[in-house]
Amino acid sequence: MPSFNHIVIGAGPNGLACATKLAQTGARVCLLEAGAAVGGGAAGYEFAPGYPTSLAHILHALDTRVISGMGLESHGLAYVSRDLDTVALSEDGAHLTINGAALSGDGAKADRAVYEALHAKLSEFARVLAPFKALTPPRIARGVGNPMVKLAQLGWGIRRLGRANFREFLRMILINVADVLEDDLSDDRLRGALAFDATLGAWLGPRSPNSLILLLNRLANSAAGKAAALTLPAGGMGAVSAAMQKAAEAAGVTLHCNSKVAQILVQNDRACGVRLENGDTYMAQTIISAISPKTTLLDLVGPAHLDTEFLRRIRSAKSRGAAARLHLALKSAPDFRGADLKSRLLVAPGVNAVENAFNAVKYGEVPDAPVMEITLPSAHESGHAPEGKHQLSAIVQFAPHAPKDGLEAARAQMLANSMAMLERFAPGIGKLVDHAELLMPQDIEARFGMVGGNWHHGELAVENMLFLRPTYDAAQYATPLPGLWLAGAGSHPGGGISGAAGWNAATRILSGKGGA
Amino acid sequence: MSRHDTIIIGGGHNGLVAASYLARAGQSVLVVEKNDWVGGAAVSRSLYPGFTYSNCSYVSSLFRPEIMRDLELPKYGLQILPYEGGAVLTQDGGYLATHRNHDANRREFARHSPRDAEAYDRYSRDVMRHCRFIRPLLMRTPPDPSRLRPRDLGELAYLGRKVFEMSERQIYEMIRFWTMSISDYLDEYFENPVIKGYLAVSAIIGTALGPMSPGSAYVLLHHYMGDVDGNVGAWGFARGGMGAITQALKNSFEDAGGEIRAGSGVARVLVKNGRAYGVALENGDTYMGNRIVSNMDVKRTFLKHVDEDDLPGDFVRQVKNFKIRGSSGKLNIALDAAPKFTALPEGAPMYRGDLHFTDSIERMERAYDDWKAGHFSRDPFQDMMIPTMIDPTMTPPGKHFMSCFVQYAPPKIEGRDWSDADRDAFGQTVIDQIEDYAPGFKNLILHAEVRTPRELEAEVGLTEGNIFQGELTFDQLLFNRPVPGYAQYRSPIKDLWICGSSTHPGGGVMGAPGRNAAAEILRETRGPNQISDAYAVF
Repeated sequence: MPSFNHIVIGAGPNGLACATKLAQTGARVCLLEAGAAVGGGAAGYEFAPGYPTSLAHILHALDTRVISGMGLESHGLAYVSRDLDTVALSEDGAHLTINGAALSGDGAKADRAVYEALHAKLSEFARVLAPFKALTPPRIARGVGNPMVKLAQLGWGIRRLGRANFREFLRMILINVADVLEDDLSDDRLRGALAFDATLGAWLGPRSPNSLILLLNRLANSAAGKAAALTLPAGGMGAVSAAMQKAAEAAGVTLHCNSKVAQILVQNDRACGVRLENGDTYMAQTIISAISPKTTLLDLVGPAHLDTEFLRRIRSAKSRGAAARLHLALKSAPDFRGADLKSRLLVAPGVNAVENAFNAVKYGEVPDAPVMEITLPSAHESGHAPEGKHQLSAIVQFAPHAPKDGLEAARAQMLANSMAMLERFAPGIGKLVDHAELLMPQDIEARFGMVGGNWHHGELAVENMLFLRPTYDAAQYATPLPGLWLAGAGSHPGGGISGAAGWNAATRILSGKGGA
Repeated sequence: MSRHDTIIIGGGHNGLVAASYLARAGQSVLVVEKNDWVGGAAVSRSLYPGFTYSNCSYVSSLFRPEIMRDLELPKYGLQILPYEGGAVLTQDGGYLATHRNHDANRREFARHSPRDAEAYDRYSRDVMRHCRFIRPLLMRTPPDPSRLRPRDLGELAYLGRKVFEMSERQIYEMIRFWTMSISDYLDEYFENPVIKGYLAVSAIIGTALGPMSPGSAYVLLHHYMGDVDGNVGAWGFARGGMGAITQALKNSFEDAGGEIRAGSGVARVLVKNGRAYGVALENGDTYMGNRIVSNMDVKRTFLKHVDEDDLPGDFVRQVKNFKIRGSSGKLNIALDAAPKFTALPEGAPMYRGDLHFTDSIERMERAYDDWKAGHFSRDPFQDMMIPTMIDPTMTPPGKHFMSCFVQYAPPKIEGRDWSDADRDAFGQTVIDQIEDYAPGFKNLILHAEVRTPRELEAEVGLTEGNIFQGELTFDQLLFNRPVPGYAQYRSPIKDLWICGSSTHPGGGVMGAPGRNAAAEILRETRGPNQISDAYAVF
């Protein structure tokens, strides 16, 4: 029976990052992936012949520690766009281009000054919060090994925003994004774009309290050396996965694909190995799960080995996904009334448009007018579509995770409503479609194993953040079951193609703190 | 012209509470009130011959017992009659009876879901714990975390101590509770939609939030932290209507030597060299005072009655951005006889409590979606009471007064002001809904007063008709209320104070803002301070 120091379950970005960091210490690490290829949300697949894609389509959150620690650039990570513009589309062709604090395009002048000030303020907040992402969440208790000096520094960093900004920080930290946008800005395109960004991947609308912090969370990322930049990797997300795989293998990780774990083995109240669906078993001193915490604890471990109250908390942890994925194989380039196809296009005409799109999913219904983020990878480089053709890749919000009318009907409705919405902004696009794929949250769950189709493996919401993620008794990556750790998006600081949770977990495991 | 120590603008309950405390401390206090009567939103009014209406606020629980004792309100005629519970009438013709008694409630829950009855013990225990944490904070001035003055540090340390009195687990649970939606929170305990719908009610009353909005669980606490005769979470009617509370306050105040001038509103707060020194009334009268205390909401005070040039620009911007969207309306109905609800047995005790029709969180949330879109709810939520079932003094024998608190009603209809036609349509929607559950109800109506946020603003002066003088979300709570840096009842203008529900701890007929403001004033004047620091409330 093969035996390792560490077994990591799930070769998404977090599993790859975690396994690599552990292997870099010389430990024997086995990485088990259920699918045929690594990458999870960044894994490449073809939705139609000649049209490769992946669940994620923009790289903006990949942890800089992971990039340098894994040497991803030497393993092939490169960019075709290091700093995508965002274009907030307008139905009349008067588009607004947004890049960081800069606005351009028709009527950009009106909000320019106030937006610059708002962006500067929010970026300041994001800057002081960003270091928390690289930390094992502290516990609210004394004498539990919290890094007090580090925490004091971070806390002091917040206080040092200055009195006015510190007060604003305390006022705004749990505010809803809509009020902030409506207080300061007048341009519906800009408001819509920011409302969309705040709620992307979340199960809340812009009028929900606690939504601004999700925008701060985005602003706290950096990519290609620039804060809050959005990038497109050369060769698509699949190339990022390939680079991560190479890095893992170079570090000595033993990788097995098509190896779905059926059970986490427990002996003497300690996790000691895994049994695969095909019956193979692997043993290790630590088992690290980078897949959904719910799947890990409820299905792979099971109630026999866990405390009832803990199980209840895991069971009730919310994991509603509300984003659908739309892939279109297009005969030729679409025309979004002249918008630059090399930018990130947003169909989010106003705060209310985003809010209304969210309203429907509260009741398991499909919104009439969904909002969406669009990229055309084929506009940047070849390889994303057959010669002369194009690929449109969109995240469409909001989609019900448990549609009342059943999956099939909801998917058809969602596709129809999405196409109708696209037609408003790119007239004639419907006639260009050779093939369309729409993944509802349930499809995403089935294909990628993300519970509820939520790409954070559990909602990224304030009541679920930091020391509350995924629950407060498993927030430091160790679970109550000795020998079992969590390292996926369900842990702090959440998902996106980031690797931060995996890297943090590996750091924690190697520190010898926590766990048993 | 005589000069008063303190002039209070607005004779609402908080203004009268502050006035009474100051008068009892020996100050000469004048209350000026725009209406011909005092009471603000806690009034009993005679709008139909022989009937007394609690036409704004309609039930009591939150009013701080310390204040009742300090100001001897029972001596001045205040009596609170607790009610036992009510019912949620379901669309399928059934009902969920609700009780103040935990065990009775539990038994009724078991009829709908045995599992939920089990969970109810756990739920009550958990919510009570959160309640216990917050109650002592009500009667304290919030610290300013951006300053390091000894009192701020002391208050922060007090908060820290309170937090660490809890176990680590309880602290996490509390943070979750404060940030969650009531819908998600209830999902962790209950399965039955009617039970969840009933328990979510307290989380939305008066707010511009829906039950699925994060932060709504905290609002639930806001309605649970009161008590009647020491029964925490219990609610009751003031005998003679809610005006009995403010009448008792008025009597207590006047007995302590206070003076009231009703019938003319304030035109301007007089300010010179950054100092408030008096008020000019709309009728031309002018009164001088060493300090001016505004019971009006923060928007009305600073945007309508103070010259913008006397205020720092940042403050004006923050006050303009203060969120005070109204979300509720009210129908006050005089009835020829008691209505009969099809679902309830004749003479059922449920008639004596609060009746609801909203039997699921989804219905409640859809009602909120209408509000967000700028409409009143087509299928509104109602908190309906017939106070005369318990207090027959309000109507002629056999007749009844019915109070229907309705959500949601926006401050504006699709961005424009309410018209009379809008108001009538709103009233009709509510009446039609009642008729669905009580056929024949319409024929019993002798008179109905329909109040939208427009009427509430016009009569009581609550900006945008918000019953809490400002929304209760974290960005406007504690040291953020009304705006950061001014949560200690002071304003940027020297000697101009604020004491209304726009200040900590917010709205409801609680009196705490008025009392806290008075305590701050007395602390500053270093006069005889008869206000004990209510540190140990429990």
